[in-house]
Amino acid sequence: MDFLELLQMFLSGTWGTIKLFTVALVGSLVLGTVLAAMRVSPTPVLRIAASTYINVVRNTPLTLVMFFCAFGLPFLDIRFGSTSSFNSFVYATIALIAYTACFVAETLKSGIATIPVGQAEAARAVGLSFGQTLNEVVLPQAFRTVIPPLGSVIIAMLKNTSIASAFNNRELISAMRNAIEVRGDLVIPLLFGTAVAYLILALLLGRVFDYLERKLVILR
Amino acid sequence: MRVESQPLVSMTNVEKHYGDFHALKNVNLDIAEREVVVVIGPSGSGKSTLCRTINRLETITSGSITIDGKELPAEGAALAELRSDVGMVFQSFNLFAHKTILENVTLGPIKVRKLSKSEADKQAMALLERVGVAHQADKYPAQLSGGQQQRVAIARSLAMKPKVMLFDEPTSALDPEMINEVLDVMEGLAKEGMTMVVVTHEMGFARKAAHRVVFMAEGEIVEVAEPEEFFTHPQSSRAKDFLSKILTN
Ligand SMILES: Nc1ncnc2c1ncn2[C@@H]1O[C@H](COP(=O)(O)OP(=O)(O)OP(=O)(O)O)[C@@H](O)[C@H]1O
Ligand SMILES: [Mg+2]
Repeated sequence: MDFLELLQMFLSGTWGTIKLFTVALVGSLVLGTVLAAMRVSPTPVLRIAASTYINVVRNTPLTLVMFFCAFGLPFLDIRFGSTSSFNSFVYATIALIAYTACFVAETLKSGIATIPVGQAEAARAVGLSFGQTLNEVVLPQAFRTVIPPLGSVIIAMLKNTSIASAFNNRELISAMRNAIEVRGDLVIPLLFGTAVAYLILALLLGRVFDYLERKLVILR
Repeated sequence: MRVESQPLVSMTNVEKHYGDFHALKNVNLDIAEREVVVVIGPSGSGKSTLCRTINRLETITSGSITIDGKELPAEGAALAELRSDVGMVFQSFNLFAHKTILENVTLGPIKVRKLSKSEADKQAMALLERVGVAHQADKYPAQLSGGQQQRVAIARSLAMKPKVMLFDEPTSALDPEMINEVLDVMEGLAKEGMTMVVVTHEMGFARKAAHRVVFMAEGEIVEVAEPEEFFTHPQSSRAKDFLSKILTN
């Protein structure tokens, strides 16, 4: 196998990682926001449900969460497509979303706590409902204040996509393993190559978050 | 249709406790349509608490508060609707920090009154014009002076076309040279017949704009009188004591 073929293998692996990451990013931001909103809701049932979920899932190893999704869901006959590779992709993203959303929610909640109470009071005084107050005033400000810690959570998730390689997913780590199988003589360069690929993705993400932080800063 | 004699805001036997602390003691106060009531009293006497119970930002322990004859509803859609008819201006302005001045004023009309963006913008610009900050419409709150921010906060309340407006020490956080620009706007509103409850120590405003002064101490309404009468001939010893303190410094 020559260099070009190896490179192609890595590029398709990187593409697999990016796909997992992107879907999981959107999903965990949405679910994390919903969980954070439940955590601060005036309804005790919602608060308790969210904090129970967060405490349980956050303290479970991601590998085990993946096992639950990759083996538990098919056992319950929950499938999302006809091909096993597509199902594996969905199971892995569900696991990543379920797990990362906890950290997103906790980060957001700490951001909500820093918003002066007068902001929500002013919104309620204008006649906004609880949901509108959260959507229009509290969460947008909370998001902006937690961009740096949220960046860490999201970069951790990027690295966590690697666990999906153990569950029949095609991404960077699986590409690396396949490459090592055929070119064992290149094991060291292949390991470094993989590390560099993650490094580039993580640094790019960091730049995006730095940009967002500068762009969305709230003057007070 | 409203009966002419029915007060717009009516507080009856209102009690408020914070845990063991008795913050409002048997408060009875009726406010007529177009009336301007100034609430005055020493720090901790319950002025803010009184003001905030009227739009239920604070719940009361017992008693009753009605607006336009309707009892304040419990938390939910009905309360949100009622709050949209009650403007509130805070000591610390509380403009939405992540929104522009224009967006601050249009948020309520768009989300609550369901105005289109263009209608809301037009109305907001007219209000900003009126309070003298139209040229700052695209800036963010932190880029404005305190006096300008407070005038925007008044415009934000007015955009909801409220039946009554509550002001909780609207000029206390302002530098002295900015106080008058805010009081001028408030006097204008009073002249136009806006129903107002104003917690303030600005006696000039009370004399010019208020119909009645309510003096509070330790959670009770101690005295209610016309401004001139109250400032020149306070009846209770607590009011005399309070006035002598604010007049000497
Ligand atoms: N959330 C709260 N929990 C406990 N006590 C409170 C709370 N809010 C107010 N109080 C107490 O209730 C009393 C009345 O407070 P309030 O803010 O209404 O006074 P005020 O007349 O507006 O005073 P100031 O002139 O300082 O604004 C004060 O003694 C205050 O400490
Ligand atoms: Mg006060």
